[in-house]
Amino acid sequence: MWWETFMLALRAIRRNALRSSLTVLGIVIGVAAVITMVTLGGGATAKVTEDIGKLGSNMLQLRPGQGFHGPGGARASAEPFEVTDAEALAREIANLEAVAPTASRSMQVIRGNENRSSTVTGTTDGFVLVRDWDLSTGRIFNPGELRSGKAVCVIGATVREALFGGLDPVGETVRLDRISFKVIGVLAAKGQTSFGTDQDDLVLVPLRTFQRRIAGNTDVQVIYVSARDGAATDRVKIEMERLMRERRRIAPGAEDDFFVRDMQEIVSTVTSTTRVLTTLLGAVAAVSLLVGGIGIMNIMLVSVTERTREIGTRMAIGAMERDVMRQFLVESVALAGFGGICGILLGLTAAAVGARLMGVPFVFNPGIVCLAVVFSAAVGIVFGYFPARKAARLDPIEALRHE
Amino acid sequence: MNPAHPPEALIQLTGVSKIYGTGQAAMHALKGVDLTVAKGEFVAVMGPSGSGKSTCMNIIGCLDTPTRGSYRFNGIDVGNLSRDQRAILRRRCLGFVFQGFNLLNRTSALENVELPLIYRGVPLRQRRRQAAAAMAAVGLAGWEHHTPGELSGGQQQRVAMARAIVTTPEVLLADEPTGNLDSERSLEVMRLLTDFNQRQGLTIVMVTHEPDMAAFAGRQIHFKDGAIEAIRTE
Ligand SMILES: Nc1ncnc2c1ncn2[C@@H]1O[C@H](COP(=O)(O)OP(=O)(O)O)[C@@H](O)[C@H]1O
Ligand SMILES: [Mg+2]
Repeated sequence: MWWETFMLALRAIRRNALRSSLTVLGIVIGVAAVITMVTLGGGATAKVTEDIGKLGSNMLQLRPGQGFHGPGGARASAEPFEVTDAEALAREIANLEAVAPTASRSMQVIRGNENRSSTVTGTTDGFVLVRDWDLSTGRIFNPGELRSGKAVCVIGATVREALFGGLDPVGETVRLDRISFKVIGVLAAKGQTSFGTDQDDLVLVPLRTFQRRIAGNTDVQVIYVSARDGAATDRVKIEMERLMRERRRIAPGAEDDFFVRDMQEIVSTVTSTTRVLTTLLGAVAAVSLLVGGIGIMNIMLVSVTERTREIGTRMAIGAMERDVMRQFLVESVALAGFGGICGILLGLTAAAVGARLMGVPFVFNPGIVCLAVVFSAAVGIVFGYFPARKAARLDPIEALRHE
Repeated sequence: MNPAHPPEALIQLTGVSKIYGTGQAAMHALKGVDLTVAKGEFVAVMGPSGSGKSTCMNIIGCLDTPTRGSYRFNGIDVGNLSRDQRAILRRRCLGFVFQGFNLLNRTSALENVELPLIYRGVPLRQRRRQAAAAMAAVGLAGWEHHTPGELSGGQQQRVAMARAIVTTPEVLLADEPTGNLDSERSLEVMRLLTDFNQRQGLTIVMVTHEPDMAAFAGRQIHFKDGAIEAIRTE
C-alpha cells in the first residue's frame, strides 16, 4: 500500500515536472546553503587547525601595541622591544623551549639577473625551534655568526625556487640591497596559510646583521616563544605579561602597550567565526525552508482542487479518509524530499568547488546531510498536512459532482 | 400467499427522505421513498431531471445517508455507520459506474481497473491477473496499456465497468451509464450489464432517461418530485 502510494506520488510529481521543480526551489536553496556552509566551515576549521599545528600550537607571539582586544589608537606607536627583552624572557620564564626575537622588512632579494621581493627577517637560531621548522639542506646560524653579525642567510623554499631553480644554493651568494649574503641553508616548504600568505617566501639573517646593516637600529618587532610540550600556554602567557609590564615600567592599572597572542586563541577565533556564519546561514535556511514549505502547501492545495473528481472517485471505490490523507501526505513529503536531495547535491557540489577555490580541504559531513533529509521530509509533513486533511474531509458526492 | 423461496432483500429503503440545506433554502430531494431490491435483480430508475434519482442512488451507494427514514443494506443499518465504515462497505460490496466514466487520466486502463484492488490490499501479481480478467470480461483484452485519452467513449465506459466488477461486488450501481454514448455503444454497455446480471447473478441498479435502455431491466421505477410515482415489472 505504501509502495503503491509512493509510486503514485512520484507519478503525480513527474506529471507536473516544471511546477514541481519551481515549488521545491525554496527547499533546494535552503538545504544547499546549509550544506555548502557547514561543509566549507568544516574544511576551513580543519585547514586552520592544521596550519596552527604547522606554526606550532604551543607557540606564542609577543608584539607591541594592543592587538585585536584593546580599543587601539591610544598607544598606536608603542615602543618596540630590545634583544634584552628576549633574553629576559629566556632567563626568567619557566617552561620555555625556545625564544626568537625578530625584526622584518620587505626587500628585493637578488641573484644575478633574478630578483624577487620577499620578507627578510632578522632572528636567531631559536626561530626554527619555535616554528618547529626543519631545514631541507644546510644549517641554521651558529653562535659565532649571531654574535658577530655575519652576512649569512637561510632562504625559504619559494625564494630558492625563484632564484636558484633546481640548483643547490648552499655556498652561493644573494644580495639584499647592496650587501652580499652567503646562503648557508634552505628551509623545508610549509605551503600557504589559511589566510593565503606564502610562508616559504622569506629570507632569514642573523638578528644583529639585520639591525646593523639593514635596519640601522636595535629594534625587535615580534618575539616568538614556544612553551615546552605539556606546559600550559595560558600560564606562560600570564607570566610573560607580568614580566613585560615590569620591564616596560607600566604603572599598576594602566593598560598594556604590548600583547601576547596565543595560537589556541586563533583557532577559537576561526571556529567561532565559522559558528557565527553557520548560525546566520541556518537562519537564512530556516526562512527559505519556511517559504519552500508554504510553496508546497500552496501547490498541494491546487493539486487537491484539480483532483477533486479523482478524490471523489477514489472514495466511491472505497478509499477511507486515511487512504486519501496518506496519498497527499506522501506526495508532499516526496516533493519536499526531492527538493532536499537536489539541495544536498547542489550544496555538496558548491562546497567542493568552493573548497578548491579557497584552498581548504573538502570535509564531508554525513550528520548535516542526514539532518537535511530529515528536515525537508518534516517540511513535507508539516505543510502537506493541511491540504491532505482537506482532501480527506471532502464529501464524496460533492467531489464527484465537481466541475 | 408467499412464494416458495422469497427473494432476499439486499437493498431496503423505508420512508427515506433527503433534505439539502436548512430553513428557507431547504431542498427536499427525496420525500419518503420505500424501495426494496432483491438479490439478483436488475432495476432501472427513471424520471425527469431533478426528480431525485441520483440522490437515491447515492444513498443506496452508501455515499450519503438519509435525513429521515432507514436504509438497510444486507441487513446493516447504513444510517448508523461512520464515514470510514461506509467506505469499507463500498470497498467490499459495491461497484460504481458513472455517466462521466471518472477514469484517472494518464493512467493505463489496467491500472484504473486495479485501483479498487489496491484499496483491498490485493498483492500486485494477483491484482494484475484479476484486472486483466475483468478487462477481458468487458471485451477489452489487448487494450490494457492504453490510457483513457486513447480510448473511445464506449471503451472508456467498459473500462469503468471492469473497474466496478473487478472486486466481484454484490451490487453494481450505474448512474446514467449510457448518458454520454451513442445508441450503438449504449447497446454494447447494456448487453454487458444484462450479461453480468444473468450469468453472474449481479444485482444492478441503473438510472437512465432512455426507455430503450430501461427495457433491459426487470423492473422500472419511476421517480417524480422526489417520490416514487410508479413501478413497472416486465
Ligand atoms: N448537494 C446538493 N445540495 C443541494 N441540492 C441538491 C444537492 N444534490 C441534489 N440537489 C437537488 O436535489 C434535487 C434532486 O437532484 P438529483 O437527485 O441529482 O436529481 P436527478 O438525478 O433525478 O436529476 C435537485 O433539485 C437538485 O438540485
Ligand atoms: Mg442525476
